[in-house]
Amino acid sequence: MSPDVHDHAQRHDPVYDELHASKEFVELRSRYRRFAFPATIAFLAWYLLYVVMSNWAHDFMSTTIVGHVNVALVFGLLQFATTFAIAWLYARYMDRDVDPIARDLEARYREGVGR
Amino acid sequence: MSSQTLTSVLFIAVVLVTVGITFWASRQTSGAADFYAGGRSFSGFQNGMAISGDYMSAASFLGISGAIALFGYDGFLYSIGFLVAWLVALLLVAELLRNSGRYTMADQLAYRMRQRPVRTAAATSTVVVSIFYLLAQMVGAGALVALLLGVTSESLKAITIVGVGLLMVFYVTVGGMKGTTWVQIVKAILLMGGTILITILVLAKFDFNISELLGAAAENTGKGEAFLQPGLKYGVTTTSKIDFLSLGIALVLGTAGLPHILIRFYTVPTARAARTSVLWAIGLIGAFYLMTLALGFGAAALLNTGPDSETAASGGNLASPLLAEAVGGGEGSTGGAILLALISAVAFATILAVVAGLTLTSASSVAHDLYATVFKKGTATERQEVKVARISAFVIGAIAIALAIPAQKLNIAFLVALAFAVAASANLPSLIYNLFWRRFNTRGATWAIYGGLISSVGLVFFSPVVSGKGVNPVTGASLSLFPADVDFSWFPLENPGIISIPLGFFFGWLGTVTSQEPEAEDRYTELEVRAFTGAGAEQAVHH
Repeated sequence: MSPDVHDHAQRHDPVYDELHASKEFVELRSRYRRFAFPATIAFLAWYLLYVVMSNWAHDFMSTTIVGHVNVALVFGLLQFATTFAIAWLYARYMDRDVDPIARDLEARYREGVGR
Repeated sequence: MSSQTLTSVLFIAVVLVTVGITFWASRQTSGAADFYAGGRSFSGFQNGMAISGDYMSAASFLGISGAIALFGYDGFLYSIGFLVAWLVALLLVAELLRNSGRYTMADQLAYRMRQRPVRTAAATSTVVVSIFYLLAQMVGAGALVALLLGVTSESLKAITIVGVGLLMVFYVTVGGMKGTTWVQIVKAILLMGGTILITILVLAKFDFNISELLGAAAENTGKGEAFLQPGLKYGVTTTSKIDFLSLGIALVLGTAGLPHILIRFYTVPTARAARTSVLWAIGLIGAFYLMTLALGFGAAALLNTGPDSETAASGGNLASPLLAEAVGGGEGSTGGAILLALISAVAFATILAVVAGLTLTSASSVAHDLYATVFKKGTATERQEVKVARISAFVIGAIAIALAIPAQKLNIAFLVALAFAVAASANLPSLIYNLFWRRFNTRGATWAIYGGLISSVGLVFFSPVVSGKGVNPVTGASLSLFPADVDFSWFPLENPGIISIPLGFFFGWLGTVTSQEPEAEDRYTELEVRAFTGAGAEQAVHH
């Protein structure tokens, strides 16, 4: 065994392997990914579109909507609105669809390690 | 009473209140979990306030409203990146990190990798990012306090820097994470309160009609509708446009890699509370940046922001304080004096809270990652480790003071953006890979961190912000870090993110696929279960 191996943290408990293999854990992970990954791609793309438009679509961004309010300002404010909305949707989704599974698995872990 | 006297009185009040809080917090701090993570006993709401207090630096409070006052719409672009970035932290990092780490950013890498190399790498980038950020804040503090108190003497600026440095070391060594957190919470309340007040007063001047406010700003600055459109600051050349894109990417990806933000997620009892804290932070920070629009455009509409004005001379930093004076009744009026003093004190509290968080972060990483694991190989007691953390806070404070005093005369405005670029290039790739890629291993982690760190800092070193940007036509001062007659720049962009962030991810991938480490993959099973379910995660401390 090389000395490097000792440099790793201790392996904790085999109960982790059981939990990892359970269908509940697989479901938990896929439910999380189903929301988090597409949402991340979506908000990053939406943000990059905003940055690129601010740079290279000056005329469109300068179009007046009402009074002195132009497209650029509304687009910027929409970034705020989508940020608030995605944060709220994510929290609601996790609360309803993911947290209950996580709680059950955590309880099984406690049983497994005898606490 | 003059505004300056009133400002001084309020500054002293801020110092007394925060020192009092720190003494109170010190009596509730006993072990390492208290010192590093505030006993993990803060509620989601409290931590959300503290995150806002940690994140909204003087650069965002004074800098963004000042940038809007001077450049109109382009100033607003910053705040959008600063806000959207929180979704990366919320969706990908906060909860998983809370469950898999203990005290520092390195903890969740060390969970499955070889401890010494990954802790050394993560501690290096933690200290580099924090020192860059710290220097920018401290130099800003010196200049700001001098401006707000109306003094121009160089020695007074130096004394201010030493004072701010001593205070931050005091908060951290005496109050630990509990003291630092409460200082940040108080600051967040002051900042939100002050900003709401000025925003309402500004909007009232325009009958709460946003369009009218924008029109007045466009007219008063003499720039017309162009002031409300993108392009005044960044839209000049293709290089400056790409530079802005590069900055935008670094801002949105950097936040979730800032060590002083990451360790805040350890101060709550559960992953769910970490989520709640980010939700509150998004609400508070978003509301704050919306109000900076009113402050910035309000300053443009009501103040003289021309090239020879006081606002322009301060680089925009005085826009908010002078606006407060104007909406309070103008120069010489009692209302104006009170509001000016109030906003100045808020700015001062803002600086103190941010520098305390940065000092604590670096000290924690030096003690927990370098001292306890790398040097003592896990044999140090908790008591020794916390003692070393306190000593490190002193040393970091001394280094920051020693660097900040000579740096005052230099143009270091680029340091905050650089801190975000380093965080996005060095820290984020290793965090993301570690949480989502089983194959990831020690070599990948160290290559990602060193690769991202060296490429971002290296590119900036050869960029116009360090040399070769020329001189300010009005003051004759060099626009770069180095004097104007030195020029060794070859990298055209001021923001390295567009190159260095992909490089960080690339090196992380390359290091991983060129080495085998079955132990790291084996322990990933455990890391994944723990990150997603909280099974075996660190518990709150009950006193």
